[in-house]
Amino acid sequence: MPNFFYQLHFYLFGLIAIASALAFVTRKSPVAAALWLVNTMFSLAALYVMMEAHFIGVIQVLVYAGAIMVVFLFVVMLLNLGHPDELSDLRGTWGRLAAGLIGLALLAQVMALSRSPAPTSLVQSDFARAESMQGLNAVGAVAKPLFSDNLLAFELTSVLLLVAIVGAIVLGKRRASA
Amino acid sequence: MSALMLDLPALLQVAADPQQQPNFWPWFIATAVKLLVFFTLYMVVVAYSTLAERKISAWIQGRHGPNRVGPRGYFQPLADGVKNFMKEETLPPHVNKALFLLAPALAFMPAMVTWAVIPFGASWASPWGRIDMVLADLPVGFLFTLAISSLGVYGIVLAGWGSNNKYALLGGLRSSAQMVSYEIAMGMSLIPVLLLAGNVTLRTIVNQQAEMHMWNVLTLSIAFVTFLISAFAETNRLPFDLPEAESELVAGYHTEYSAMKFSLFMIAEYANMVTQSAMIATLFFGGWDIPFMTADNTGAVSGLLVLLSVLIMVAKIFFFVFFYMWIRWTLPRFRYDQLMSLGWKFLLPIALAYIVVVASLTLGLDAMGIKRGFVFGGIFLAVNAVILFTLFSLFDRGRVVSPAYGRLSEDEVARLRAVTAARANLSTQAGD
Repeated sequence: MPNFFYQLHFYLFGLIAIASALAFVTRKSPVAAALWLVNTMFSLAALYVMMEAHFIGVIQVLVYAGAIMVVFLFVVMLLNLGHPDELSDLRGTWGRLAAGLIGLALLAQVMALSRSPAPTSLVQSDFARAESMQGLNAVGAVAKPLFSDNLLAFELTSVLLLVAIVGAIVLGKRRASA
Repeated sequence: MSALMLDLPALLQVAADPQQQPNFWPWFIATAVKLLVFFTLYMVVVAYSTLAERKISAWIQGRHGPNRVGPRGYFQPLADGVKNFMKEETLPPHVNKALFLLAPALAFMPAMVTWAVIPFGASWASPWGRIDMVLADLPVGFLFTLAISSLGVYGIVLAGWGSNNKYALLGGLRSSAQMVSYEIAMGMSLIPVLLLAGNVTLRTIVNQQAEMHMWNVLTLSIAFVTFLISAFAETNRLPFDLPEAESELVAGYHTEYSAMKFSLFMIAEYANMVTQSAMIATLFFGGWDIPFMTADNTGAVSGLLVLLSVLIMVAKIFFFVFFYMWIRWTLPRFRYDQLMSLGWKFLLPIALAYIVVVASLTLGLDAMGIKRGFVFGGIFLAVNAVILFTLFSLFDRGRVVSPAYGRLSEDEVARLRAVTAARANLSTQAGD
């Protein structure tokens, strides 16, 4: 019985995610597109929760739907872009063709990746996972490896983000003064 | 399919150990009953808090308030409900129809959903097993409340944008900027709570406060102050009600709404207020824990104790709802730049510095081998008292906290006098 419910919810949220993602790329109004993206984020969060990754699921909602998309909406509303028809990035036959080819290449990549076995260092046995969830809690199970085994990568990422923020401010300031 | 059939003998089976989780059907029925009772009471409380607001504002301003409908005006919320249903629903021709209709629902839902994880009573040792007084005991309950409350902004932003009206749009813009700014301060102000509890379930946070024999408001006062201010900003209540600011924006984001859709925004505001009050009570005032009593902290307890703990929680919530209204009828609205500078230049740095203080204090005390208890809490209390005194005396000196009407420091007054004196000189010269 639980298996049936699991399957049902998996397909439900999977379908919602895919449908919203399609709507997101096809809507021409920026606000509508942003809202469909929020919907996609939500379904992804639901899928994470179904995989017992409660923390990742909640962070997905908190960071993407709650913070980043609100900022997006804010910018979209503030700029109040003109007619949706003039905004399309896809212009001309060559543009469409290039976009299609890149899409096909990405799809092939996903197919190839999903067929090859995952690296053993990333796979955790069910027993080890249950034990780490027991000993640490929902947050600790993510935090422990992040701040011990992968500390260097984590710190490098934070430096990269800091550089990006500083860069954004510098560029923004320069345009204002010019 | 037999698993789905209601198996009465199994349902009435008495559990061997009342501390264990019950079987599926008792659990299912208990959850359904909790949901029904909870939803009904919540909606009644929300409806009557509108009456409470009008009565309290009348009391504060020396008026009578609504007193025509029913004895002393107690049926006013019912009359309001009937009025809102009977009024004409307008749908202006220039609105974005889908978003215009979606926005009121989106404004109301987050307040309701947050309640799913807030524990409102001690666990009940029922004959069928332990029944927790919480709708869903998530392992990430605390983060769930933050995530859901961060979605509350969508209702307001979409109402503002979908209305296609300049006042509504300004309200929506203000709201999104305000919510994003204060959400960060709010999240940061709550990290000390997590540091002390060591977990992110709300149950652990309540238990930790009982264990320390001290509410978090005493051990983490600075976090409480920053959280309280951000919570006011998140609920868009005065002094942070810039998204609707009636003297500048007509009615802000809900200018175009009428009848029940307008009413839904009001319901959302009051529902948010009740939810935030419950969060304040849980995180900083011990939640459902019965003060000066340890009998309620020993796992599942008898029905009477459960009832008492629920009543304690309700009393705390009512106090904070009253506090919200008290503030609304006491303080004037912030100016927009003041709002932003308060959020980014004061609350956020204070919250960040406080995380460092709490983390190093916890680490130090743990290293010294002091157990989480009265001494541990006492040291935190002393440190907090010192910081709180320093901060408030620092802020009260000049115009830092409230530029609009704060007392000025002496150098400030001297400088202003010099400026006005120079101006007076100029004008006399011009007059010659």
